[in-house]
Amino acid sequence: MRSAPLGTAYRVAAWTAVFYLMTLPLLGPLRALWVAVAAFAIQAVVLFGKISPAHRERFLSVVGGRTHLASWLDSRPAWFRTAVPVAILAIVALSGLGMSPYTLDVATNAGIYVLLALGLNIVVGMAGLLVLGYIAFSAVGAYTYAILNTQMHLSFWLALPIGGALAACFGLLLGLPTLRLRGDYLAIVTLGFGEITRITLNNWNSVTNGPNGILGISPPSFFGFPFTQPKHYFYLVLVMVALTAFFSRRLERSRLGRAWVAMREDETAAESMGVPTLKLKLLAFTLSAFCGGVAGVVFASKQLFISPESFNFLESVMVLCMVVLGGMGSVPGVILGAVLLSFLPEVLRGAAEYRLIVFGAAMVLLMQYRPQGIWPSSRRFEEFRQEK
Amino acid sequence: MIPGGALLQQIVNGLTVGAVYALIALGYTMVYGIIELINFAHGEIYMIGAYVGTISAGVFLAAGLPVWASLVLAIATAAALTSLYGLSAERLAYRPLRKAGRLAPLISALGLSIFFQQYVFLAQGAKDKVFPAAITSGGFVLGSVRVAYIQVAIILVAAALMVSLQAFVGKTRMGRAMRCTAQDPVMASLVGVPVNRVIALTFVIGSALAAVAGVLVVMYYGKVNYLAGYAAGLKAFTAAVLGGIGNIPGAMLGGLFLGVVESLAAGYIGGEYKDVVAFVILVLVLIVRPQGLLGVRVPDKI
Repeated sequence: MRSAPLGTAYRVAAWTAVFYLMTLPLLGPLRALWVAVAAFAIQAVVLFGKISPAHRERFLSVVGGRTHLASWLDSRPAWFRTAVPVAILAIVALSGLGMSPYTLDVATNAGIYVLLALGLNIVVGMAGLLVLGYIAFSAVGAYTYAILNTQMHLSFWLALPIGGALAACFGLLLGLPTLRLRGDYLAIVTLGFGEITRITLNNWNSVTNGPNGILGISPPSFFGFPFTQPKHYFYLVLVMVALTAFFSRRLERSRLGRAWVAMREDETAAESMGVPTLKLKLLAFTLSAFCGGVAGVVFASKQLFISPESFNFLESVMVLCMVVLGGMGSVPGVILGAVLLSFLPEVLRGAAEYRLIVFGAAMVLLMQYRPQGIWPSSRRFEEFRQEK
Repeated sequence: MIPGGALLQQIVNGLTVGAVYALIALGYTMVYGIIELINFAHGEIYMIGAYVGTISAGVFLAAGLPVWASLVLAIATAAALTSLYGLSAERLAYRPLRKAGRLAPLISALGLSIFFQQYVFLAQGAKDKVFPAAITSGGFVLGSVRVAYIQVAIILVAAALMVSLQAFVGKTRMGRAMRCTAQDPVMASLVGVPVNRVIALTFVIGSALAAVAGVLVVMYYGKVNYLAGYAAGLKAFTAAVLGGIGNIPGAMLGGLFLGVVESLAAGYIGGEYKDVVAFVILVLVLIVRPQGLLGVRVPDKI
């Protein structure tokens, strides 16, 4: 970087002009001016403000640094690390007794998002493959339950594995041609798959009832005890979240999980050490699709009505945001991210239309300053630090 | 079965759309060729180009300029201003991540694409933006095929831009620097190629081409929506992969091919499944010939 003050001044002026001109047609002269002022101010602060390299270093290490709570917890004895999630689970379960039906409903939705995020975390966080149309798998699960239930009165408990398995089959079929290639293709192919699924659901009237969706799905029942109140669903979802989190955590430390890490970090090296990368990628992808399908079944059984609109691209993005924000590959992080992002719209009612633009900007900024997320796993933290 | 005349009509319509896909695909393929990044925000850049063109055409027409001059100026303005989006996107979202592995830039690109989409939504609203001048009416009949002047214009403009791009990359000093950087950025910087500037230029050119495509499309269809970038981006990416990603003539071929196939599919199968075709082609190409029609298979760098 040149340090000549004149050169710097020119550059600041040029970028300010760029931002003004760029936003002028879309925002109009006045609002574009605000953008330009903001652009100028940010540059001025960064360049001419009293920010020394040491300050900058310090800022980056604080923003990108360790999550103290996470590293403190990691250094506790094993019984303590087991006790904490159990205690949290117990607290959440008990507080469910005192929640209003509305809060229970929001919490149940958050739980479904946690299921989705944990599923996506297997493929994005653990195996390091970007999947973009993830919500399509839960559409497969949801429609499987909706159709089989309204046509053949299939019970919820049977639909869970069937919906999951069907979604997994789709995952397998989609993964086979694409996973042999570079990971980027997977991203775009799954993006396309998500869109195709939505279009098909919208147009295949004889089976999916098109844009009108499917009504009259029956709620699950447990040994003849029907689920009718929000709190029944809340506990159902809570149990499923606990199970999924437990398995994810076990998976992380297993032989399979370690093989995924090896593959994620250096595919060529892993391959040459005898790690069957194609099989592992397929497995991650299929397992993740299975979770998506199961979450879809739960979603359908809770809403009792589904339509293609529930499975649009932005839902996929939302789930990906949860994984990225929480910390890719970190089970507690992903749960935290999902809970935060699903409660956020309830808190920020007034700013609802700004939600997505903030998500977009947050993804860009997170990747630069805190790619490991708010609650990173200790291993992932080290990896991101090395990549820098 | 549709008769032969209708078949030709579908092919002409398909070539028009295909020329547009090709223009957008060039941006994908150039960026991928040079930094191996799928620039998800590229579809959004195209959509922004369409908006900028529409708005500036309105301004020029209101200023009393003749229609043809307004259109030409609108295209030029859109290309110039939209290229700034590409420039700042590269500087702010991609350059800091150039050494950060593979997942981070992809997620950054996705975030940027959502950001752009929502930015246009917040600035201009959810309603369709209608192009201020009706241009679709004029045309001529050739045999049994009806060709609109705007279709001819789209194909001609696209062809001219592609030829000049090919000449630029193949013949000029800057073009050579681009090819050099695409082969090996570190080596290129060692022999004095200003790598950062070359990469920024690649984004600028790609964005300008996408903006031109955007204005041409909004003239053709008469309106644009803030969600338009998503599907167009997906299809243009398919076109780029079809032709061989990183390969400029391949992107043109892939775009035209995809446009025609899609248009035929809309005629024979039904319009609602038109968007499925692109995706099926993408998966088929990845299975049968992952390097694309004109691409060469490159082993992964270790």
